[in-house]
Amino acid sequence: MRRVVITGLGGVSALGIGVPALWEGLAAGRSGVRRVTVCDTAMLTNPIAAEVPSFDQAAYLSSDQLLLFDRYSAFAMAAAGEAWAEAGLELTDEERERAGVLIGTGMGGVTRQDDAYRDLYDRKSPRSHPFTIPRIMYNAAASHISMKYRLGGATLCISTACASASHAIGEAAELIRSDRADVMIAGGADAPVAPGVVKAWEAMRVLAPCGDDPAAACRPFSADRQGLVLGEGAGVVILEEWERAVRRGAVIHAELAGYGATADASHITAPGVDAPARAIRQALVQAGLAPEQVEYVNAHGTATRLNDATETTILKRVFGDHARNLAISSTKSMHGHMMGASGAIELLAAVMAIERGIVPPTINYRQPDPECDLDYVPNQAREMKVDVAISNSFAFGGLNAVLAIRRA
Amino acid sequence: MTELDPLEKKVVELIAQKKHIPEESITLDSTFLELGIDSLDGMDLLFNFEESFKLTIPDEVAQQMKSVRQVTDALRASLASAPQAPTT
Repeated sequence: MRRVVITGLGGVSALGIGVPALWEGLAAGRSGVRRVTVCDTAMLTNPIAAEVPSFDQAAYLSSDQLLLFDRYSAFAMAAAGEAWAEAGLELTDEERERAGVLIGTGMGGVTRQDDAYRDLYDRKSPRSHPFTIPRIMYNAAASHISMKYRLGGATLCISTACASASHAIGEAAELIRSDRADVMIAGGADAPVAPGVVKAWEAMRVLAPCGDDPAAACRPFSADRQGLVLGEGAGVVILEEWERAVRRGAVIHAELAGYGATADASHITAPGVDAPARAIRQALVQAGLAPEQVEYVNAHGTATRLNDATETTILKRVFGDHARNLAISSTKSMHGHMMGASGAIELLAAVMAIERGIVPPTINYRQPDPECDLDYVPNQAREMKVDVAISNSFAFGGLNAVLAIRRA
Repeated sequence: MTELDPLEKKVVELIAQKKHIPEESITLDSTFLELGIDSLDGMDLLFNFEESFKLTIPDEVAQQMKSVRQVTDALRASLASAPQAPTT
């Protein structure tokens, strides 16, 4: 059985550009939520988001490329660049044919789409920019990354809402396990902070009200939780077949040991229990892990009333009494709900727990909730040796993805 | 070489900007192939011509544009049928 390891990490989030900034922010329990600056807020009732601070696309793209990118695909390029450089891969032409890219996104180039529609409907422009399609298409990030690194293997985009990145990373690992690829650049990216998108989320009545203190708006698992806060960014990992990575002396961050994917097959927005639980079990079975071996859970933890209570039930269902021993945290309390990028950034948080021995906290935890009665690592990071961690992503549409990682 | 008129000057300027090349390297007889203008560059240039001259270039005309002179001829024809001052 071919095994898969993580040999490169890249991340762009509200906690900063680069994985060191992400890890520093997570360890410090810092919120990246602030008042929106990247788009017009005139129409917004809830003008807060976990925005990427001072992201200059020109630092990552040529002037010609700038015309072709959306904010989401630029995030993906930046994260892929970091991960690729860190992995130190030098591939022959033959090896490039067995290397591919799998980048998930929930909404693709939606900031450009929002602009394009505003030009047409509001500014009455007679024409759209001819690059509108390549800017907004969901596979733009995957394609641009494959072009940049000249990777000719299977290259795909997965769009499963909030689970996109986890599915992308899990399926990329499957491509390596099944001997269809040796190296994959995998992750997710989204940039949903555009007026049309935020209004749509407001209409679902799941956004946390901004209040006086945006940094305190997102409160996963706390009894006073009030909804999710949108985030943006990208997370990317380099996945590599184990023996290949060892042979070239690569730095191995962790083994991507298991992946589970299931569907609730029941409701377009309300989360289920059975299917997410099955996804966790699948990931553990593939990894050859007993539930009792899991030490850290990076929760989906959106901070909606329903998600956090349901996820707690799911964890009890799978782990039984061991659920009380788990360190569980929702890092969305800091980097927001990054939609199709969430699963990748949260996997990076789980890698930090294994590599640095620091479990990131759930910040803004204020009041215990009888429905959420496990250990959510409230408010302060915890020093703790972690050998095995899982990351949950339970998407709208009832599509669940779970990644299990283990110290390599 | 004859002096370029304002319309020709504007076209040359837009092409030079797009391809990051000096305006002097572009003549009315330069072809898109010679200038390294591929299909994607062509789409962007057409958009810029339409925006600059405030006109719409029909698809069948756009498909014929393979040289600078074909562009300037087509733009002149369009402007003659719907006269509007070019903007700078």
